[in-house]
Amino acid sequence: MSVQIENDPDTHAEETGIWSWITTVDHKRIALMYFATSLIFFLIAGAQAILIRIQLFRPANDFLSAEVYNEFFTMHGTSMIFLVAMPMAVAFFNFVVPLQIGARDVAFPRLNALSYWIYLLGGLYLTSSFFFGAAPDRAWTGYANLTLPQFSPGLNMDFWLIGLSIVGISSIMGGVNFITTIINMRAPGMKLMRMPLFTWMTLVTSFLLVTAVPIISVALIFLGFDRIFGAAFFDPARGGDPVFWQHLFWLFGHPEVYILILPAFGAISDIIPTFSKKPLFGYPIVVYAGILIGFIGWGVWSHHMFTVGLGPFADSFFIAATMIIAIPTGVKIFNWLGTMWGGSIRFTTAMLFSVGLLAVFTIGGLSGIMHASAPVNLQQHDTYFVVAHFHYVIVGGTMMGLWAALYYWFPKAIGRYLDETLGKWHFWTTLIGLNLTFFPMHFAGLYGMPRRIFTYPEGLGLEIWNQLSTVGAVIFGLSGLIMTWNVIQSYRKGERAPADPWGASSLEWALPSPPHHYNFPNIPTVRSREPLWDEEERREVEGVTMAPPKAEPHMPNPSYWPFLLAASITLSWALVMTGIWWVIALGMIPTATCVFMWAFEPAFPEGAEH
Amino acid sequence: MAEGAADHPPTSTGVDNWKLGFWTFIGSECLFFGTLISAYMVYRGTAVVGPFPEDIWNIPLTTLSTSTLLFSSLAMVLALDGVQRGAKKFALSWLAVVIAMGGTFLAIEAYEYSHFISEGLTLTSSTFGSSYYVLTGTHKVHVFVGMIWMAALWWMIYRDKIPPKGALKVEIAGIYWHFVDIIWIVIFSLVYLIS
Repeated sequence: MSVQIENDPDTHAEETGIWSWITTVDHKRIALMYFATSLIFFLIAGAQAILIRIQLFRPANDFLSAEVYNEFFTMHGTSMIFLVAMPMAVAFFNFVVPLQIGARDVAFPRLNALSYWIYLLGGLYLTSSFFFGAAPDRAWTGYANLTLPQFSPGLNMDFWLIGLSIVGISSIMGGVNFITTIINMRAPGMKLMRMPLFTWMTLVTSFLLVTAVPIISVALIFLGFDRIFGAAFFDPARGGDPVFWQHLFWLFGHPEVYILILPAFGAISDIIPTFSKKPLFGYPIVVYAGILIGFIGWGVWSHHMFTVGLGPFADSFFIAATMIIAIPTGVKIFNWLGTMWGGSIRFTTAMLFSVGLLAVFTIGGLSGIMHASAPVNLQQHDTYFVVAHFHYVIVGGTMMGLWAALYYWFPKAIGRYLDETLGKWHFWTTLIGLNLTFFPMHFAGLYGMPRRIFTYPEGLGLEIWNQLSTVGAVIFGLSGLIMTWNVIQSYRKGERAPADPWGASSLEWALPSPPHHYNFPNIPTVRSREPLWDEEERREVEGVTMAPPKAEPHMPNPSYWPFLLAASITLSWALVMTGIWWVIALGMIPTATCVFMWAFEPAFPEGAEH
Repeated sequence: MAEGAADHPPTSTGVDNWKLGFWTFIGSECLFFGTLISAYMVYRGTAVVGPFPEDIWNIPLTTLSTSTLLFSSLAMVLALDGVQRGAKKFALSWLAVVIAMGGTFLAIEAYEYSHFISEGLTLTSSTFGSSYYVLTGTHKVHVFVGMIWMAALWWMIYRDKIPPKGALKVEIAGIYWHFVDIIWIVIFSLVYLIS
């Protein structure tokens, strides 16, 4: 069935106004909401980090009390991982993936909106704990039995476990959506081994999400039953085993590390070739290395638990697995270097962040190999050395990669460039700030400074390292403000960007900036890995993507049910805090109602079914 | 429910989006139940106070509930066949059988729960109680959700809202039902039979 359209399709452009954003199912709008939300959580969690650093500036400081300090480092870690790094990557999955594979939207547009609203409301629920004076305060790892009611009375850790359960639902649904989209909605000729690396790494990350998140969900359910209903899962007096919590947490927690880093790897695998004017060096190897990291990432979790005393056999296995996973990671680093080698390099801000990632992430990778060794790990466990390591990996890897992605895809999303001068300021303050913050932590850690302790005594030789870190944190905080200012300013009045501002190779650059709400007026056929770098193929593709649509694109209906369902789910989960079974049962009613209303609402306009 | 039904270009694999997405979700559910079952296995023999499994299992009764659930999968297959052939009465009858068998399963299991509780096995009594009730309780919630889903489908078929070409809706519900069934077989084997 095809309808000939009489008038210009752009007159069907999307509505504006707050209602249109609440009911949108357009992956591009959802991407913008994901980004804006994660940016706000980034600023909140970043402010907590600055306050932590001010407290640690002097020995025996009393700027923050121990209780508030506990809340801040717990919420800083929890928010940065679950409310910033993951959803910011999902913002880019949302915006970029359908455009890169030649699709008009994701496979399940309403489910996509639901993922976003659950993330937003779950994140707000978690953060609202501050207003009840009950912010989570037992670290982002929530170790049992420290989190059982006898050691952690109050609602603090209830907020934590319920908040993470809510956000986890969003991650699983996002994973299902992107796996289906990437496997099933590629344009003709877009074989798996022609997909851009960002799409590839989204696929691997999505598989990790749907397999790893259920494990933490179950662990949180156990902890919830222990805390709220008095179950015995982690209570040693009744046969429970706190170490079992550690296994479950890290069985999720280590794949989570790769959930955080692979999107950044994917982004710079697209950015470095663009700004080196060379195809990615060893494309299949980079793909296989990414998949291999995803697999081996499942076999390394106990390297977080060397001090538990699992025995020499288990320790040796996890030492070996941890060192092996460095190999595919190293392979990727060399592939990126090989891509730049002999290329004609342009140091735009996106490229600077990509190259910065190579350098800074590698430092984090190397310190990771250091404490992959169990004997060394015994010295470094729970010290600032570990804090230095994972910040090098997550800030130097994930965040640098995401900032690179921001500068790279912003012109496509908004139709305006991010300001390059402010961008360079952002880059250099980030690079200097993060190294100055986290490098001295290696020394503080090796001198024996434990993490998660709100202060330290004078005369242990820790002062200078902490002071350097605090100065670095202020510079790094400044970089975040520069970036935020840049985003706001450039969104409003940045320089206009053409369809293909960077001379890149993948499909999204064959569309106007910003793209139509239906993405592709007509679906192009792909013949190679770099369709826009072959003169003939580019003409062919653009002949299709820049032409008016041959048939009215079938776009899904807007819907307010995703928002209402997300609100109901959040309410249902929040009511679990009461611990009264009939309140919890009643709380499920709105969720069930919304599921039904959703199911019976047509997803597409009348007549579009065929 | 018809999300994805209007994909204009046919899907890359030829499999419907809904089906592929739902299988992915089932994969996720496998990890979910896998973790719950592992917890039960890890905590086997760690309970410090009774009752212990060997004191309270009533294998013949649980075998009865298990076979009820097992045979409900056959009814599900027949119901789907009816929808695909456009045989409305056939489909409605078998779907009703699915719901009834699910209900029978839940009734027997509810009796089992009340029996165990009267024997002193509760959620809080031991690691055995906690891991047993959370695992099987999660499964029962899945069965219950499945029954509501089937009831909604029954109503839609009754109102002629599901023509043979819309049979995918029933097929996906069937995938779910079979999954819930298979998970119970695993639970029955690992929790009840190996002890």
